[in-house]
Amino acid sequence: MGSLKNKDIISIRELKNDEILDVINVAKDIKKNMKSYRDILKGYILATAFFEPSTRTKLSFQSAMKRLGGSVIDLPPEEASSRAKGENLADTIRMLECYSDIIVIRHKIEGTAKFVSEIANIPIINGGDGTKEHPTQALIDLFTIYEAYGRLDGLTVGVLGDLKYGRAARSFIFGISKFSPEKIYLISPEQLRARKDVLEFLNEKKIFFREKNDYSGILKDLDVLYVTRIQRERFPDPMEYERVRGSYRITKDILKDVKDNFIILHPLPRVDEIDFSVDGTKFAKYFVQAANGVPIRMALLKMILVE
Amino acid sequence: MSEEEKRLIVTKIKDGTVIDHIDAGRALYVLKILGITGEEDFTIAVVMNVESKRMGRKDIVKLEKMELRKEQVDEIALIAPNATINIIRNYRVVKKYKVDVPKVIEGLINCINPNCITNQKREPVRSTFLVKSLRPLILICKYCGEEIHHEDIIRQLTGV
Repeated sequence: MGSLKNKDIISIRELKNDEILDVINVAKDIKKNMKSYRDILKGYILATAFFEPSTRTKLSFQSAMKRLGGSVIDLPPEEASSRAKGENLADTIRMLECYSDIIVIRHKIEGTAKFVSEIANIPIINGGDGTKEHPTQALIDLFTIYEAYGRLDGLTVGVLGDLKYGRAARSFIFGISKFSPEKIYLISPEQLRARKDVLEFLNEKKIFFREKNDYSGILKDLDVLYVTRIQRERFPDPMEYERVRGSYRITKDILKDVKDNFIILHPLPRVDEIDFSVDGTKFAKYFVQAANGVPIRMALLKMILVE
Repeated sequence: MSEEEKRLIVTKIKDGTVIDHIDAGRALYVLKILGITGEEDFTIAVVMNVESKRMGRKDIVKLEKMELRKEQVDEIALIAPNATINIIRNYRVVKKYKVDVPKVIEGLINCINPNCITNQKREPVRSTFLVKSLRPLILICKYCGEEIHHEDIIRQLTGV
């Protein structure tokens, strides 16, 4: 059994399968017996340092820490902190390290979490860096799948949307690929295909995968469809965006032939890629997934700080 | 023509270094990273595109009176991963070794991802790469995971 005590969480790829399953199992128990965990991190302080906007990640980390009896300090926005005076990231982190026991950081600059983990002597959790990594989101995604299927291996999975710049989709692909999926369909417009290192990872793991332009003909094979947002600004030509967006939209009507236990995930926020009519169907698991942010992050904080 | 005879196209050096098995066409890059301009007061011989059993064609550089520092050998390894270094004393090879691409390459080249933390000027961080593949040479940024390929590595080291 792997231990996460004092570990940094930088990339889902660095976590061993048994560590991922341990986090899931602890999260499962937390969800069932939430109250029995309420004093576990009494006296501990979490620092949240978000240099990019966030709703779910930041709030669910803060909620998780408080539900474990710990407290939270939050780095204020740039204009209200010393960064406005020109303080660099390294110095900001050295300061936060003195005030807290663990730091969650989000930054648009890639590699920030890794860099910060080398500077700080306390554990660092990557709350998302640039277009590359979002490991705690991947843990939430895997937990939600585990709850639905009781396993992570052998599933047929579709990942739809911006596979090039979307860090959630990227981390999810890495995460699920650790558990020998039956097949992975990577569904995206040509210009938003998954990057070479993702495809190399799938090849190394000998996973059967196909890149597709749309979801036609494959929905009925899927156990899980992971939907992400396609951002308008990724398209140099707005007409091109308007042309393709319909092909990536999930509506209730297209779900007629799906498997009985099929599920749809989305890391949220969504714009219009999943129609509201889908929300009421049994396939929609994205709100459960969002709610799972708290138990997963509670499990991580507990396992890193006290085991 | 034997290997020895080919070397004799250019006279033997008495004391110094022979860098052999440089990939054909890269000898000038090797001179460039060693900072050799031709203004030096010692003999420098460059032999390019000679036949080689192992490599087909290769380049050789001979440097009279010059011995290389570890960092210079590391840089040569990044330009010409097959190169061998021969230390010459009194016309005889007293030491011969293959260059070795270091497992971790720090501070020699920059990450090509402008959005990488190592390209942020005000942070105390050195570019650091790990070797992903030796043939062809591909390095991977330890921080952002971006790959850098051999042509880019050569371009950065030589400025050519």
